[in-house]
Amino acid sequence: MPSLVVTQSLTKRYGARVTALDGLDVEVPEGVTGLVGANGAGKSTLIKILLGLLPATSGGARVLDLDVATQGQRIRELVGYMPEHDCLPPDVTATELVVHLARMSGLPTNAARERAADTLRHVGLFEERYRPVGGYSTGMKQRVKLAQALVHDPQLVLLDEPTNGLDPAGRDEMLGLIRRIGTVFGISVVVTSHLMGELERVCDHVVVIDGGRLMRSAATSTMTALTQDVVVEVTERGVDVEARLAAAGVAVRRQGEVLHLVLTDDGTYDLVRDAVADLGIGLVRLQRGRQHMLDMFRDTPVADAPVGAAP
Amino acid sequence: MTVPRETGAIHDIGYRHYTGPRLGVPYIARSLTLHSLRGAFGLGRATRSKVVPFLLLAAMVVPAFVIAMVVVLGGADELPLEYTSYAVRLGAVVTIFVAAQSPQAVSRDLRFRLVALYFARPISRATYVRSKLIAMSAALFAFLTAPLVVLYVGALLGELDVWDNTVGFLKGVAGAAMFAVVLASVGLAIAAWTPRRGIGVAAIVTVLTLLGGISAIVAGVAADQDEDTLSGWAGLISPVSVVDGVQVWLLDSSAAVVAGPPGEWGGPAFALAAVVLVASCYLLLMRRYRAVTDA
Repeated sequence: MPSLVVTQSLTKRYGARVTALDGLDVEVPEGVTGLVGANGAGKSTLIKILLGLLPATSGGARVLDLDVATQGQRIRELVGYMPEHDCLPPDVTATELVVHLARMSGLPTNAARERAADTLRHVGLFEERYRPVGGYSTGMKQRVKLAQALVHDPQLVLLDEPTNGLDPAGRDEMLGLIRRIGTVFGISVVVTSHLMGELERVCDHVVVIDGGRLMRSAATSTMTALTQDVVVEVTERGVDVEARLAAAGVAVRRQGEVLHLVLTDDGTYDLVRDAVADLGIGLVRLQRGRQHMLDMFRDTPVADAPVGAAP
Repeated sequence: MTVPRETGAIHDIGYRHYTGPRLGVPYIARSLTLHSLRGAFGLGRATRSKVVPFLLLAAMVVPAFVIAMVVVLGGADELPLEYTSYAVRLGAVVTIFVAAQSPQAVSRDLRFRLVALYFARPISRATYVRSKLIAMSAALFAFLTAPLVVLYVGALLGELDVWDNTVGFLKGVAGAAMFAVVLASVGLAIAAWTPRRGIGVAAIVTVLTLLGGISAIVAGVAADQDEDTLSGWAGLISPVSVVDGVQVWLLDSSAAVVAGPPGEWGGPAFALAAVVLVASCYLLLMRRYRAVTDA
């Protein structure tokens, strides 16, 4: 089966100084793929090139086996795109906007109406869709943006930072939706984020880029080992907990009563539980850490990164 | 398509794939044009978006209606003005319409960054720009032609000369088409480069009235000095008088503003100026949208 997206030595320079993509070679398989990188890593540039909107300086890319340089129009018929930034005029209703954009994707008017109603329902907008977008919450606006990307039933959707600006609950809902798009709808997804933690929950595959270069591309299952960072906070005697876990072979680091440990398997949770129970102390917090992608690939320990700082 | 959708088939619980037709760029361009044309009169938008265009349309048609009534009831033997000069006489109303409705055709998409969603779809920047130009031109054409129809009907009901009025009316319609294309181009080009709607409105009014004013002053001063040729060339300063000059040359109408193009080469020069003006506005628009996707 051909990969959905293939790039070969893809390079994009803006003027002489700024290099957004630097010889990027990447393949995106079917399913849900996370594209991770810090701001300025080249994610948005890559998306624009994949949509055939921006010419590459050198190298090339194919999307759905179509050449981005010559078949951009065909690609844009078959691909949906959700931009990172706001893109909704406030004075129209979600329904009007999505119907119009469905027609702009080539759907006849009646089909556009039907698809818009279906799609808005699928992303979780019901009665609200008859109200002007201006009055929507950020979460609802993100859903409208997602709906317009899906309305023409694309084979692939490119979602640029869809969880940006959402509160933790909204983030979880959006991630759930993305997972549904990939599994239930059967539409492949490329989703960008600067947060690794949230992507590993919904992606089958993760591509990491930094400075316009590929850092890593792997199935999520092989990557989780790296990212299973757990934060444990106890009421007291953190030193003793650390000693016990270390003795059991767990990589652990302590800052006062807060311990960061690397999860090997579910047994690690049991070790924490037993240690806390045996010592007779209280467990304040046991939570999966989230970390910025770049920290993950640093040689230095994760310790000093603001773990959990970006919920 | 090249990619099989096994996952969809297996897990499909409620999501239906679209199997109907996907129409090409010509359909999309037509839809966008129609959408923008309706938008120019506030159709398909909130009620308050309809107020301004329809008030202006009323302001445009009512004088024609009054003239028609006078002709029908008063029994005049010809219309008090040429069809081709109507748009120029009501220049202020036309200017306000261009100024009010051009920004809403383009600045809205730009300001709310809706263009990102258009350009992620099959149509190109050029198709988008052309659709907007055609829509705005068509809206203006309708706006300029409506009062001419009223005048013509009035003339026929008043039993004026049918042949003269039919020819005059058709000339008026041809002139309206030229005004529509030129003013739509100027309006959209200015609107696309002004980020906010209010600024766009002000900019268009300013540019059109300022150029019209300068043109009239130069022409007037030159005429006072008996510099009739210079007075004629002064028409090139303002888009409205450029089109009026082309009307004088091509449609044999009398100049409604300033002196009209001078001499043998005046007419072609005015026509060339109109073409250059439209082409420049088109290129300006294209440049604006290139900047949008490259950003």
